[in-house]
Amino acid sequence: MAEGPILKVDRLYKHFGGVQAITELSFELAEGELLGLIGPNGSGKTTAVNLISGFVKPSRGAIIYRGRDITGLAPYAVVRLGIARTFQMVKPFYQLPAYKNMIIPLYSPRVKQMIGGRYGDRDAVALDLLEEVGFERDSQVAYKSASVLPQGYLKRLELAKAIALKPDLLILDELFSGLSLAEVASIVPVIEKLRKEGKTIIMIEHRLKELFRIADRVVVLNYGMKIAEGKPEQVMETEEVKKAYLGVEV
Amino acid sequence: MERRLERIDRGIKARASGVFALSSWREMLYLSAPRLIPALGFLLLPLVLDNYWQKVLLSMAVFALLAISWDILAQTGMISLGQGLFFGLGAYCSGILNHSLGLHPLLAVPVAAILGGVISTVVLLPVLRLRGVYFSMVTLIIPLMLIRIIEATKIFGGTEGLSGIAPLPSKWVELYFILSVLLAALFGFRRMLSSDYGLVLKAIKDNDLSVINAGINIYWYKAQALFIAGSLGALCGAFMTHVYMFVGMPVFALDYSILPIAAAVVGGPGTLAGATLGAAILVPLSEILRGIGGLRIVFYGYFLVVFIVVLPEGIFHYIERKYHQFDRWVEVE
Repeated sequence: MAEGPILKVDRLYKHFGGVQAITELSFELAEGELLGLIGPNGSGKTTAVNLISGFVKPSRGAIIYRGRDITGLAPYAVVRLGIARTFQMVKPFYQLPAYKNMIIPLYSPRVKQMIGGRYGDRDAVALDLLEEVGFERDSQVAYKSASVLPQGYLKRLELAKAIALKPDLLILDELFSGLSLAEVASIVPVIEKLRKEGKTIIMIEHRLKELFRIADRVVVLNYGMKIAEGKPEQVMETEEVKKAYLGVEV
Repeated sequence: MERRLERIDRGIKARASGVFALSSWREMLYLSAPRLIPALGFLLLPLVLDNYWQKVLLSMAVFALLAISWDILAQTGMISLGQGLFFGLGAYCSGILNHSLGLHPLLAVPVAAILGGVISTVVLLPVLRLRGVYFSMVTLIIPLMLIRIIEATKIFGGTEGLSGIAPLPSKWVELYFILSVLLAALFGFRRMLSSDYGLVLKAIKDNDLSVINAGINIYWYKAQALFIAGSLGALCGAFMTHVYMFVGMPVFALDYSILPIAAAVVGGPGTLAGATLGAAILVPLSEILRGIGGLRIVFYGYFLVVFIVVLPEGIFHYIERKYHQFDRWVEVE
C-alpha cells in the first residue's frame, strides 16, 4: 500500500498486576487486508483487541491508526475514528427486540457523521442491516426480544451492530465460536462482501479451517508474545506454532 | 344466534404497528381513555375537593414528580437514593432567589429548577462512573452532608432557615401549576423515553459496555439524564418553598428520597405512569391512616409490603395488562 499501513501496533505491553498479558506486540495492517489473530486460550488475543479498541489502556507502546496515535483514547472515541469491534461474549440489549438493538449504533455520532445529519427512519435501516447478516425478513425473528434469540442469531446481531457503525477497520472477536458449520457457512459470504467493500478486518478465531480460507495473513500469539506471522499455511508449519497448539515437542 | 368473546384491542393492533387504523368511536375511546382519564381527572379533581384534600392532591403531585424523576434515572441505570438532594437544592435556590433578589415566585421556580438541575449534575459528575449500589450510596450521603454543612456554617439562615418567602398568587395557581407540570412531565418524558434518544438511555442500563462500543459517550448521556431528573426534582423543591413560604434544613430530609422510590416501585417502575399512580395511592393512603395515630407507620409499611408481594410487577403493569385483555361479546355469523 502506498499510503502506509491503516493500523500499526508498536511494541505494546500490558500487564494486569503481576500477569504479563501482552509482551512487545508489534504488527502492521494494510488497507483492505484480512488478518487472523490466533493462539491458544489465554494467549492474549482478546487483550490485544481490547487494547486496540481502547477498552484497556496499554502499559507501554503505541497504537497508530491512519498515522494518528490513538493510544489511550476512550473506546467511544476510537469508534468515531472508524474502528468497530464485536465481543466474544455477545453483549446485546436483552430488554430490546433485535431490530431495536440496532438503533443504538445507528444513533451514534459516527453514523451521523458518515450520513450527514438525520438518518431518517432508523427502524428501516436496522431491518435492512439485519437481513444482510441473515435475519430472514419474512421470519419475524428481527422483532423478537434479544433475550429469546438463540446464540447463532445473537452472534449475527453482534456483527450487524458493528457493521452499522460503517467502520473502516472491523475487529471480530471469535465470531464463529459456538456456531454450527451451517451457520458459519452462512456468515462467511457476509465477511467476503465486507472485504469487497474495501474494509480492513482483524479476526480472532479458533476455527482455523474456516479462518484460513479467507485470511490473507495470520499473527500467532502465545503467552502474550508474537511467535509467528505470515501466510496461514506457512505459519502452521513453524515449530513454535505446532508446539503452542499441539503441546508436542517436535 | 351464537356469540363468542373477542379482545377489543385485537382489531386495532392487527392492522399496523405504530400506525393505528381506527374504524369507530369505540376504538378511538379504547386508545385514548388511558390518556384522557388521568389528564381530565387531575384537572377536574381540584374543583370537587375541599381545602384539606386539595393540599393532599398538591403533595401527591409533588411526590409523583419526584417519583418520575427517580424513574428517569432508574431507567438510565442510576438508582438514586437521594431525590432529597435535587428537592433541597431547588428549594434553597428558589428561596434565595426570592429572599435575597426579590424574584417573583413564578419566575424563581423555573430558574431554580434549571439552577438546581445544573448544580446537582455538577455535584454528581465525578461519580457518574460508579454503577449500582456504589452510585446509590453517594446519592444517599450528599444531602445528609449538606444538612450538616448548613448547620455548621450557618449559611442561608443556618438552622433557622429562610422565612417570609413570597407565596404563589393563589391556591388555584398553586394547584394548577403543579398539576400541569405533572401532566406535561408524565406525557412528555414518556414520549422522550420511547424515542430513539430514550432507547439509548435504556440501553445504558441494559449494557453500558455495548453502548460505549457503539461509539456513544455514555457519561454525556448519563449527565443529560441527571440534569433532566435533577431539574424535575429541583422544581418540586422550589415549588414547595413558595407553598410553605419557608425553606430550611428539612428539605434535604430522607422522606423526599425514600417515598418517591416507594411510589415508583409500588406503581410499577419503568413507565413513569406507574410512578404517578404509586404516588396517587401512597400519599392519600398516608393521609387516611393519619387518624390512627402512632401505629400509622406500621400500617403504612404493612400496605407497602402487601402491594409489593401481591403485585411485584407494580400496579400499573398489572392494570395495563388487564386493559389489553378487555374483551366483548360479538355475534358469530
